[in-house]
Order: sequence, then structure tokens, then C-alpha cells
Amino acid sequence: MATARRNPLLTGVFLALTGVLGAVFLYPLVWTAITSFSPRPGTGQSEGWGIGNYTALAEFQAGLWTYLANSFIVSLITVALTLVVSILGGYAFARFRFRGRNVLFMATLAILMVPYATLLIPLYVILNSVGLQNSLLGVGLVLTMFQLPFSVFMMRISFESVPPELDEAALVDGCSTFSTLWRVLLPAVKPGIITVGLFAFLAAWNDFFAPLILLNDASRMTLPLAVANMRSQVMGVIDYGATSAGVVVLAVPCILLFLVLQRHYIRGFMSGAFKG
Amino acid sequence: MTTVLKSTAVKRGGAPGRRHAVGWLYAAPTALFVLTLFIVPLVLVLQMSASDWPLLRGNQGWNFPDNFVEAFDHRLFWQAVGFTVLYAAIVTVLLLGLGLGLALLVQEATRWKSLLRTAILVPSALGLASAALLFYVLYSPQAGPFAWLMEATGTTFLGTPTGALFSTVFLMVWRFTGFYMLLMLVGLNGIPEEVYEAGRIDGASRWQNFRYITLPLLRPTIALCLVLSITGGLLAFEQFYILTAGGPDNSTMTVVQLIYGVAFRGQNDLGLAGALSVLALLALVAINAAQLRAFRRPKEEN
Repeated sequence: MATARRNPLLTGVFLALTGVLGAVFLYPLVWTAITSFSPRPGTGQSEGWGIGNYTALAEFQAGLWTYLANSFIVSLITVALTLVVSILGGYAFARFRFRGRNVLFMATLAILMVPYATLLIPLYVILNSVGLQNSLLGVGLVLTMFQLPFSVFMMRISFESVPPELDEAALVDGCSTFSTLWRVLLPAVKPGIITVGLFAFLAAWNDFFAPLILLNDASRMTLPLAVANMRSQVMGVIDYGATSAGVVVLAVPCILLFLVLQRHYIRGFMSGAFKG
Repeated sequence: MTTVLKSTAVKRGGAPGRRHAVGWLYAAPTALFVLTLFIVPLVLVLQMSASDWPLLRGNQGWNFPDNFVEAFDHRLFWQAVGFTVLYAAIVTVLLLGLGLGLALLVQEATRWKSLLRTAILVPSALGLASAALLFYVLYSPQAGPFAWLMEATGTTFLGTPTGALFSTVFLMVWRFTGFYMLLMLVGLNGIPEEVYEAGRIDGASRWQNFRYITLPLLRPTIALCLVLSITGGLLAFEQFYILTAGGPDNSTMTVVQLIYGVAFRGQNDLGLAGALSVLALLALVAINAAQLRAFRRPKEEN
């Protein structure tokens, strides 16, 4: 780029080309946001600009609020369980030696190797047999399992990067291992916790395949599933306006979280690179 | 690392038996999840693949190897395998090429480049299903911004097998390029400046720098990207389920779509779906093992 900086013409060309490139990535998002408010015959917003498409979305089948609530419940269960399991597990792997430690850690990472579908079909049968069919809790449990390789790995390296002297001092002072974890270590691994929580939320909020297989009652569906189903519902005519509105509702929390927590986001990706 | 752990265990002075017990106590939730939601389903899918297991009536007893024979004889099996491999190859080449190219382009920390980086990264914040729904509207011959183009040319983006394939590939490139760019950036940052310094002193050209310094040192990153991208490509589901539903004429039917269809849409045959799942698992493990071996060997020679 050194040459580009020296020559104003080349700099201009470089700025123009990369500007177009950036626009290609932003255009679909901007277009969808605008479309969701713009008038189009045959949608909830047939004349003038407004929130007609969002009203249509709100009134679709069980209603936007039900689907939003379902998505929030699944996300909440997944984030809470993922945090509890991966913090305790990461602590165990980082600070204790116990029989089967490496086998359990490898088994946890092995979840990554198995195709989603390979596990979801038997999980469908298993959840049915224990009365968790069509259940948001069931989806949350399954999504937590899928989050574990990343989360346990992330928490393990977070705990391992804390100097052992820190918790040893607390243990010597007579703290139990749990209060050492709670009062001394948790504040030290806060960035890891935020990263794990963020990725668990995004995974649960956006997941499509697990709810598709595990939920079949219209009133239990999560938002991605409901928006996808909406396309084929209205007498074979696809309501593109309401679909755009649905995409906006799905995307806004993710984009906001991304912009606010970009640092943690990148940290999460980086731990992926460490694995290799 | 093990020595560190050993020394802490000794320093803490707890009896070894007790350390074991406490360690297990903290690991128990992980073990419980892995056992009940991973190991047990894995065993069950093996049993399913060797059993007559209709969706609604449940297990009807062993029938090995009927499901596997049926899987290979399924009229869409080889077509789906071929399409999935083709799709995975195209997506992998594009994502790795663009990821690396863009990483090199935005590597420096100027304001414009960091803006550019954010723009390329924003789509990767979206869920895959959301992104697919977005492009479903964008590609629409009625509501999309390219409706005029489709009308003028008399085709639709998703109407022909080739069009449907490349429209989906574009969606995936849009959604995932930022992710691969970021991984490549992390890899590039890991290359010490001194190596380039040495290259400069030896009078290496920019291309020589890239070919003989950047690429070899980026090898682990490229290996990781390859494994992720090929695995993702071979397991493609949402993007096709939402955009093309496998159409037109099953031309974009992937292996996972086939598994889903066999299990829950139409055939309702969990035994056959289980057999297909086991085959997919074996293929994936074999491919990833081969890739890791291929990337490890030259390193050992050095």
C-alpha cells in the first residue's frame, strides 16, 4: 500500500475499490432494513412508509411476542447452563488432577467432530422418551451441549492464564475451593465469561436446526423458525415485507452485541485459532 | 503444564484422594452433559442405523445391514454426495482465498481499513438462518432489488440448478468471509516482524515475502480454516433448506438435507436416517484426520 499512499490517483482508486467492497457487505443489511419500512403492494405496508410489516409480523399465528419470548427463554436457559457448566468444568480441568480428566476433556471436544444431524435425530428420540418433546428446556439442554466444546475450552484457558499463586493464597487462608472460585477466580476470568456468554447467546438466539427438529408446536417455535415458516403460510403468497421485518428483529440484537462487544467477539475467534 | 498442576496439588497439601473427589465434583456437570446428551445419543444412533426404526412406531428390532444397503441405493444418495462435495469445494476455495486476500488488504491499522474490517465483519454477526432469510427476499423475483434483472434476462437466481448453487455460495461468502478474514488476521499477527525484516535485508520482493514467509508461517491458520470450512460445507443445511429447499429438482439437495428429509419429511425412517448419519460421521472423521495428517507431515520434516 506504500505506493498507493504516495500517489494521489492510486490512493483514490484504492479508496473507491475498497469502498465498493465495503458497500457490497453492508448493502444487503441496509436494503433489508429499508425494505421492512417501505411500501409494497401485497404486504402489511401497502402504501406509504411505516411499521405495517412489523404489525403483520406481530399478528402472525401465535404472534411475534410469543416467538420472541420463546427465543429469549431458550437463549436464557442456554446461556445460564453453559456458564454454570463451563465455569465449573473449566475450573476442574485447569486446577485439579483427577482420574479421567483428559478423557473427559477430549470427549467434550469431540462434540465438535460429530455432525449436528447425527446427534439431533437420536436426541429427538431421547427427549421424547423423557417427556421433553416440544420443550424449550429440551432445546436449551441440547444447545448447551453443543456449546460445551468451545465454552469449556475457553474457560479452561482463562483459568489457566490466572497465576496459581492467586487462588493458592486464598486456599491457604482457609477459603474452601468453591469460595476461592467464587470470590477470587471469577473476577479474574471475567473476559472469558463474557465471551462464553456472548457466544452462547448468539448460538441459541440464531439456532435453526435444533428447534426445527425438536419443536413442532406452532406456539413453541423460536423466532428464526417462525419467520422461516411465515414465508409459506399465507395462502401460498409469500409476504416478503413481513419476512424482512422478521430478519430485522432477528438481526438487530446480534449486530448491536457485535458492535458493543467487538473485542470479546474477536477474542472468541482467536481461541479458535489457538486450537489449531 | 502437567508439572505446574502437579506442583500446585502438592503445595496445597490436600490428600490425593480428596483432590480427585473435589475435581470430579466440579467436572460432574460437564460429564453429565457429555454422557447424556452426547455419548448416549451417539450410541443410540449406532443402534438406530442397525435397526428397523420408523419415526412413529419406534424400534422394531435389529435389521443390520439393511439400512446401509438402502442408504447406498437411495435414489438421491450419490447425487447429494456429489453436490455436497462440489459445494464444499467451491465455498472453501472462495472463503480461504477471500479471507486471506482481505486480511492482507486490511491488515494495517489505519482508520479507513478498520472501518472496512468492521463492514466485512458485520454480516458474520447474523445467524445463518437470518442471513438465508435475508437473501431469500433479496433474490426474490417479485420483491428483490434485482427483480428487473431477472425480468430482463428471463431467469431467476434460484430457478436453475447453477443459479441456485452460486446464489447460495454468494450468501455464504457474504456471511462468512469476515470470519475467515479474522482468523487469517490473527494468524498474520502471529508472524514476528523480524522475519519480514530479515526478508527485506535479503532483498526479497513483495511476492517472495508472501510466498516464502507469509504462506509457510500461516500454515497452521490455513489448516484450521480448511478444516472449519470443509466441515461446514459438507454439513450444509440451513442455507439450502431456507433458500432453495433442495430445488430445483433436488439439484441442491445436500447430505444433511437428505438425512433430515428421510427422518422427518416423507419417509419418516429413523433407521435409514441413522445409517446416513453414521456414514456422514465416518466420512467427516476420515476427511478431517486426513487433512490434519497432511498438514502435520511437512512440519515434522522441518
